[in-house]
Amino acid sequence: MTAIQGVEWKVIAFQLKDEEYAIPVQYVRSIEKIQHITRVPRTAHYVKGVINLRGVVTPIIDLRERFGFPSVPYSEQTRIIIVSIKDFEVGLIVDAANDVLDIPSSSMEPPPEAIGTVAADYIHGVARSGKRLLILLNLEKVLEK
Amino acid sequence: MDMSQYLEIFIDESKEHLQAINEQLLELEKAPEDMAIVNEIFRSAHTLKGMSATMGFDDLANLTHQMENVLDGIRNHKIAVTPEILDVVFQAVDHLEAMIMAIAAGGDGKRDVKEVVEQLKRIEQGEVPSSAERPSNTFSVPLRQTYGEFEYNVLQQSKEQGFSAYEIRVKLRADCLLKSARVYMIFEALNEAGEVIKSTPPVEMLEEEQFDQEFLLTVVTKQSAEQLYERLMKVSEVEEVEVVPLDIDRRKETDGAGEEHETALRQQAAAVQEEKGKTTEKNVAARQSAPPNKTIRVNIERLDILMNLFEELVIDRGRLEQIARELNHPELNETVERMSRISSDLQTIILNMRMVPVETVFNRFPRMVRQLARELGKKVNLEIIGAETELDRTVIDEIGDPLVHLLRNAIDHGIETPDVRRASGKPEEGTVKLKAYHSGNHVFIEIEDDGAGIKREKVLQKALDRGIVSQQNIANLTDKQVYELIFAPGFSTADHISDISGRGVGLDVVKSTIESLGGTVTVDSEEGKGSIFSIQLPLTLSIISVLLVEIQQEKYAIPLSSIIETAIIKKEDILHVHNQQVIDFRGKVVPLVFLKDIFEVPAAAAEEEVVSVVIVRKGGKMAGLVVDSFIGQQEVVLKSLGNYLTSVFAISGATILGDGQVALIIDCNALIK
Repeated sequence: MTAIQGVEWKVIAFQLKDEEYAIPVQYVRSIEKIQHITRVPRTAHYVKGVINLRGVVTPIIDLRERFGFPSVPYSEQTRIIIVSIKDFEVGLIVDAANDVLDIPSSSMEPPPEAIGTVAADYIHGVARSGKRLLILLNLEKVLEK
Repeated sequence: MDMSQYLEIFIDESKEHLQAINEQLLELEKAPEDMAIVNEIFRSAHTLKGMSATMGFDDLANLTHQMENVLDGIRNHKIAVTPEILDVVFQAVDHLEAMIMAIAAGGDGKRDVKEVVEQLKRIEQGEVPSSAERPSNTFSVPLRQTYGEFEYNVLQQSKEQGFSAYEIRVKLRADCLLKSARVYMIFEALNEAGEVIKSTPPVEMLEEEQFDQEFLLTVVTKQSAEQLYERLMKVSEVEEVEVVPLDIDRRKETDGAGEEHETALRQQAAAVQEEKGKTTEKNVAARQSAPPNKTIRVNIERLDILMNLFEELVIDRGRLEQIARELNHPELNETVERMSRISSDLQTIILNMRMVPVETVFNRFPRMVRQLARELGKKVNLEIIGAETELDRTVIDEIGDPLVHLLRNAIDHGIETPDVRRASGKPEEGTVKLKAYHSGNHVFIEIEDDGAGIKREKVLQKALDRGIVSQQNIANLTDKQVYELIFAPGFSTADHISDISGRGVGLDVVKSTIESLGGTVTVDSEEGKGSIFSIQLPLTLSIISVLLVEIQQEKYAIPLSSIIETAIIKKEDILHVHNQQVIDFRGKVVPLVFLKDIFEVPAAAAEEEVVSVVIVRKGGKMAGLVVDSFIGQQEVVLKSLGNYLTSVFAISGATILGDGQVALIIDCNALIK
């Protein structure tokens, strides 16, 4: 995966454990503070439940649990990033949402062999922005069941 | 002129007219003498012809025209209604349907209909497809009125006074706008010259324009036929007039009024005829006095938008109600209460707009069953129960095909031929029951036949041949499991491939269609007694009444429609049967379902002395759902969990409560085994 199209990528960067991740901004509907989540019984462990997102019942996935990271209590910084992909909307719980960045496609690299603990499948590539290293997520894979 | 903008309306209306024709034709078969029915059919056909001609679908218009001619013949008593004739007419309607479908699918509606047009033409010319006992060319002798005793007397007397009697056929132009006015003018013209003593159809009907273009009159006058002809042709919009002298003596003879007892018989017959005429007229009158329902066509999408907006309103209503309760301000309370009342009225209206009786699907079945039975040489009586059961429009659109398939299946494979039935001591006529009813949050549709039933051995053999089951598994299968095999892909039990239901498309298609609608289909059967296919469909009611319950910190909603009642039960009243906790509820043993365990609710509460139980049912079965406490009844908006979370066990959806939180709706059907 060497050539990723587009001159520039606009991404939303967020914190998860001690790494910074990014998803393309066009998938992002909104960023919400943590709120009451209604548990849905007998679903995958990383599905935290559903929230009322302005009248739409939206499922919530805890990205930490999805990637098998140890879970931490939610804090003031915890955010839910609502993403819309294919025909569904899902909220992703992340430790903190950082900022919106433009990444020139030239700074994009394929994922190194061993990167963190996230299975390489979920990763689109890595990008450098100044001193920061961003891990670009492959949302479709992340949301696969 | 660009017609495309009218196309949709044309298609919709054509379908409606065809449906009306279909229904009325079936009625006509039952009551071949009822001219009111023929008139109905004629009217629909006529409109259809006009519309299709305007839209430029010539084949459609031509065929309808031909059909109309035959109907006209029936109406004017030139053609007698026989099943054979109806077969041809039905066939024509089928063609029309196919053409409309083709047009709806973007085609040009062209179709080879020569054969059926030919047949219709032959009928029109008096050739009865079989059992031809009528005169072969009735069309050219249309002028023949029948007279009662009184009319004969009048005719006789006027003849003695030097008047001559004529029978007159008047035909108005097809584009005549004010038919009743023309009728009036014609009567005026004739009354100046003599006296009209009889008309067919009767004067009242003529005045109400209850005729197409032609009518018959009998006139006594001193003028000649030519003079009458002249007079009538002066009336504008009269296309054709035919005046024939009436020889009263000979007519009376041929009518056979000579013999005493025969006259009596005739009078009786006439009375019956009159009686019939009266009832038909009554029907017409009743039909007319009922004000026509005014309707407009609304795109279903707009209704969806309206529904969505209203759902938002309901959520806010819940919120307002909660705020009002907390503030306890009398004026606010009053206003909120008023708003709640109005919005619940609004809700009923909006919901009803989307609901359609299953009748709209069912009403094409009698026709289909009749035809199938004729083709297969079987006698089948289709009983439809609960056609008024309402379902959401979106579901209605989808269930037609699966039902057709199951019905065909029941008639082709289920019902036996008359001789086989007789041999096994059943009535010759098989019965297929099509039944729809609401139960809980679902609509059930059952197709029951009293035919041969499913043969376990045969099904197993087939399933083995097709590799659907393995030899080892067979012994363990229950009857029910064996029957379910017929839904497996690639399964077909008919010994021969028939045109009816053995065309390679199996019941697996039915199953998958119904499942895609969120429903289920099951089959039960008893060999020699018949089979019953049960379809369960969601109502897709988007606003429902629920009982909110609490399990630990979590709130769940149980649809009121599934609940029989709630109860508080003492711990010691819980009994144990086969590792299953049950209670004795009004003499019935009801198993308990601990929602806490089913839903894996975290943290166990301290044991209490009593348990709160919601008794729910699914069909005849019941279960007691054990919860921690009841909160109360509420109207909620049913929302789906979205496309990401599909098929969560025992959860049919979610709703948003007054405080903005999401509560899950429990699917009781999944909890009852």
